[in-house]
Amino acid sequence: MKNKNIKFVQGNEACVEGALYAGLDFFAGYPITPSTEIAELLSYRLPQKGGKFIQMEDEIASMGAIIGASLTGSKVMTATSGPGFSLMQEALGYAIMAEIPCVIVNIQRGGPSTGIPTHVSQGDVYQARWGTHGDHAIVTITASNHQDVFQTTVDAFNISETYRTPVILLYDEVVGHTRERLVLPEQGELPLVERLRTSVREGVNYHPYLPREDGRLPMSDFGGVHRYNVTGLFHDMWGFPSDNPEVVHDLIRHLVDKIRNNVNRIARFKEYYLKDAKCILISYGSSARSARHVVEYLRPRGEKLGLLELQTLWPFPHDIVDEKCINAKHIVVVEMNMGQILREVKRAVERPERVFIANRIDGVFITPKDIRDILRVIQGKGV
Amino acid sequence: MAIKGYIRERFFPHIWCPGCGHGIVLNSLLRAIDKLGMSKNEIVVVSGIGCSSRISGYVDFHTLHTLHGRALAFATGVKMSLPELNVIVPMGDGDALAIGGNHFIHSARRNIDMTAIVMNNRIYGMTGGQYSPLSGYGTLATTAPYTNIDNAFDTVELATAAGASFVARSTTYHVQQLTKILKQAILHEGFSVVEVLSQCPTYFGRKNRKGTAADMMEYYKNNTTPVGSTAKKENPDLIERGVFVEKEMPEYCKEYDKIIERAMKESS
Amino acid sequence: MAKPKLKAHVINREWCKGCGICVHFCPKNVLELDEEDKVVAARREDCICCKMCELRCPDLAIEIETE
Repeated sequence: MKNKNIKFVQGNEACVEGALYAGLDFFAGYPITPSTEIAELLSYRLPQKGGKFIQMEDEIASMGAIIGASLTGSKVMTATSGPGFSLMQEALGYAIMAEIPCVIVNIQRGGPSTGIPTHVSQGDVYQARWGTHGDHAIVTITASNHQDVFQTTVDAFNISETYRTPVILLYDEVVGHTRERLVLPEQGELPLVERLRTSVREGVNYHPYLPREDGRLPMSDFGGVHRYNVTGLFHDMWGFPSDNPEVVHDLIRHLVDKIRNNVNRIARFKEYYLKDAKCILISYGSSARSARHVVEYLRPRGEKLGLLELQTLWPFPHDIVDEKCINAKHIVVVEMNMGQILREVKRAVERPERVFIANRIDGVFITPKDIRDILRVIQGKGV
Repeated sequence: MAIKGYIRERFFPHIWCPGCGHGIVLNSLLRAIDKLGMSKNEIVVVSGIGCSSRISGYVDFHTLHTLHGRALAFATGVKMSLPELNVIVPMGDGDALAIGGNHFIHSARRNIDMTAIVMNNRIYGMTGGQYSPLSGYGTLATTAPYTNIDNAFDTVELATAAGASFVARSTTYHVQQLTKILKQAILHEGFSVVEVLSQCPTYFGRKNRKGTAADMMEYYKNNTTPVGSTAKKENPDLIERGVFVEKEMPEYCKEYDKIIERAMKESS
Repeated sequence: MAKPKLKAHVINREWCKGCGICVHFCPKNVLELDEEDKVVAARREDCICCKMCELRCPDLAIEIETE
């Protein structure tokens, strides 16, 4: 690897590098801690490659702008934190309903409300899943280190373009602001998914919302030869509003199934020493760094400890988690919230009484010692 | 082309009530576009939510029916991403100036090249007749049963103060002027605002005893005056119509092109 | 310019909602609503082809065809 490809960067910068690598054309955003560096860097970098950056009047407008830009054929992204992510929820639902490829980065901070802006939390896991109203499916991915931030950002664009869905990158303040090494892959090293465009010719009927057999929808860019309607209302294959029960039923099934039927394709995770592990830590984002440290520290000391690091949080890979945990005596979810992934793990595994939590909810990063102390209690070794 | 060439006929008759002014705005808009001779493929109509916003579904352009109040935000993304498109954004008064008020003033401030049409019927029609930011003091609405104590915005003054480089007003009675103004607004390079007084006989009219649709248009005829007329001096209650602002200012997408040029030069 | 000569009032009865705007503003009192509340050209010979009915129709339901 040549030296020029190695950078010492913040996680937020790794995300920017990943987005540019994936072919980002358009970014709209609004300043908010701890995600602001993403906007700052892209305001500098995007025009250098002919891309566009705009600082909108709020996060609602930012989401609107990226959806509009996506319809013209651009690869688009926005980035925010906590309160800004709350503001984006309505338009996020629009992107789900109208099947607009877009990537939304949420660098999590403590909440609710203004909360604790400069400190870490992982409290938005459920908001990412259910923040917008109505039945829907969503893709949410996270990472614990900068190389993975880069990779998952590229993945997010690829998934978004493949399934015509918004993808949420749910990093956290510690990952966003930590500086560490990033090795930039050469162009061509990582596969990139380009938007599937319709081959229907001018003058021939184009049905923008008629899924192919594989569930994918070839798009036609605004400005092209096919003029069609895009709406947040339930709509027919032409994109026209419809309250026909069959149309409504089929569309909601399509929106949910296109994600649910691909849960294993979308699932990304890493595993460490799971084969013989009696106690499995399950973690994600920055807390997985501490969890991994605990595993690496205790393994040589004879403890049969393993780590399942989740990257895809939604759709939650229930089957994978269940299978990996089948022989574990204890399963300990390490996260910085009151137990959001804990709940999913309990739903996923047999004998959920095996599942415990090791968490911090005080804005302070969870340390390996915090986890070890809790493990001792769980394993009956005293406080 | 006859104006039928610009609509999606299979969705007609449209959903608007008998006598609704919004249909007249649609009528005038199509004539303006026809006179300009623009290609249908280069026009994007972006709307929000409400009676007015249904206009996008009926026109045979690229159409984007977005969220309540957010049409201008979506439109900004469309325009900035592909500036060669002509972007037209019809909105209701509540859509544009209550829930979407912030996007309205900021789009004006940026002077991004698009045409915002505020179809002002002084009421929320889709939800059944609640007062809007343009209903005005003393009016009646389903949420103002004892009369409305909210003052109204003056759309023209608001748009002017926010920096729109083209600002005009007309009514559904003055259809020839309206078509001409819409043409000018679409041609204008920068953020254009056209307020159209558009009758809602069903809710505003009925609640406030304004009579039929035709009666409400008679009101526009008798209570408006060309901008700068002497009649306005004699009767300050008259509503002025015409073009209030038309000025050349740097357009946002053009300015961003210069940013790209500069960034590319500095990074090469 | 020669005066335009009327060919026909093309009225789309499916689209006309009978609001009466065209009837009210017709300068020559050519139009009226029939028993089904649809517009008809009752006195077509008086029509001066000003087309104001066509321009003001909210339903795009009336068109003045000239020769």
